[in-house]
Amino acid sequence: MAKVLVVTSGKGGVGKTTSTAALGAALAQSGQNVVVVDFDVGLRNLDLVMGAERRVVFDLINVVQGDARLSQALIRDKRCETLSILPASQTRDKDALTSEGVARVMDELREKFDWVICDSPAGIERGAQLAMYHADMAVIVTNPEVSSVRDSDRIIGLLDSKTQKAERGEKVDKHLLLTRYDPARAARKEMLSVEDVLEILSIPLLGIVPESEDVLKSSNVGAPVTLAAPTSLPARAYFEAARRLSGEKLEVSVPVEKRGFFDWLFKRDA
Amino acid sequence: MSFLSNIFARRQQSSSVAKDRLQILLAHERGAGEAGESDLIRQLHKEIMEVIARHVAVDQDKVQIKVDRGSGCSMLEIDVEVPQELSGKRGS
Repeated sequence: MAKVLVVTSGKGGVGKTTSTAALGAALAQSGQNVVVVDFDVGLRNLDLVMGAERRVVFDLINVVQGDARLSQALIRDKRCETLSILPASQTRDKDALTSEGVARVMDELREKFDWVICDSPAGIERGAQLAMYHADMAVIVTNPEVSSVRDSDRIIGLLDSKTQKAERGEKVDKHLLLTRYDPARAARKEMLSVEDVLEILSIPLLGIVPESEDVLKSSNVGAPVTLAAPTSLPARAYFEAARRLSGEKLEVSVPVEKRGFFDWLFKRDA
Repeated sequence: MSFLSNIFARRQQSSSVAKDRLQILLAHERGAGEAGESDLIRQLHKEIMEVIARHVAVDQDKVQIKVDRGSGCSMLEIDVEVPQELSGKRGS
């Protein structure tokens, strides 16, 4: 049974596209068939982060409007054959996405793949609501920063009211992914801690992705961090998050480089 | 001063300030939903103006309504500027 997962946040720039690419590649490397779908019409970037920008011929809107078949628009990743991307349109108006058209495409994707991961646009408008509407699960990407936490709270409210699951009286399975986390600053009380954010948002923790140079280096070369630097700290956090999404029970910890004093200092057992 | 205050002042940690601010804000946003917040103020403003207008002629702009929320209690501040000649006539 295919799972539809939306990666969302409300606020822009917190790491939705990075996380979509990294989680998608991590799940695909475990042998599952994964498609990542860019819902950010007019500002598509998932293709660029995944290194597929020169291979885009047709996009989500072409498929929604019936101008292209789904198989024509899907781009298979060259490094990982179980990973595909469905790009957004860069030129078309986002009003071209109709609810019925999106529903049809989502049904078709559910048949082909084990995971359909929807990269939501920022904001709480139509585009973001279309991206979350069909979701069974949601990853809420949050930075340890007041504006991001506030917007995540808002998005959690929308997931509980404006999705197909909510309309049927069911719940979208929500998970918090804390990104750009700096354990040293959190320890100095200069940054909201994992516990602070969890207490405020009260949804289960999927993973903690530390602030890292490897994330930018990977997007520079057009590869998800879980493909470009699989042993790096952020990649390890994403691999573990992917295993949790698949149902494994793993303890969440802040990934740290070496075992030693700092490891002991920042180790979490929640 | 800043050197000494850095050493001696016991400032509140910024992360706990952030957490407190968020908790207060979200407690109200979750309850209020979309536009409940500004609606309440607008409604209060309208009704308070009606009551005052029954007794004295007060300019709309001379009534200030503010809300200040704390974790323990919230304060509703109503500031009405009464015309000069009226304050003399009180009790008549």
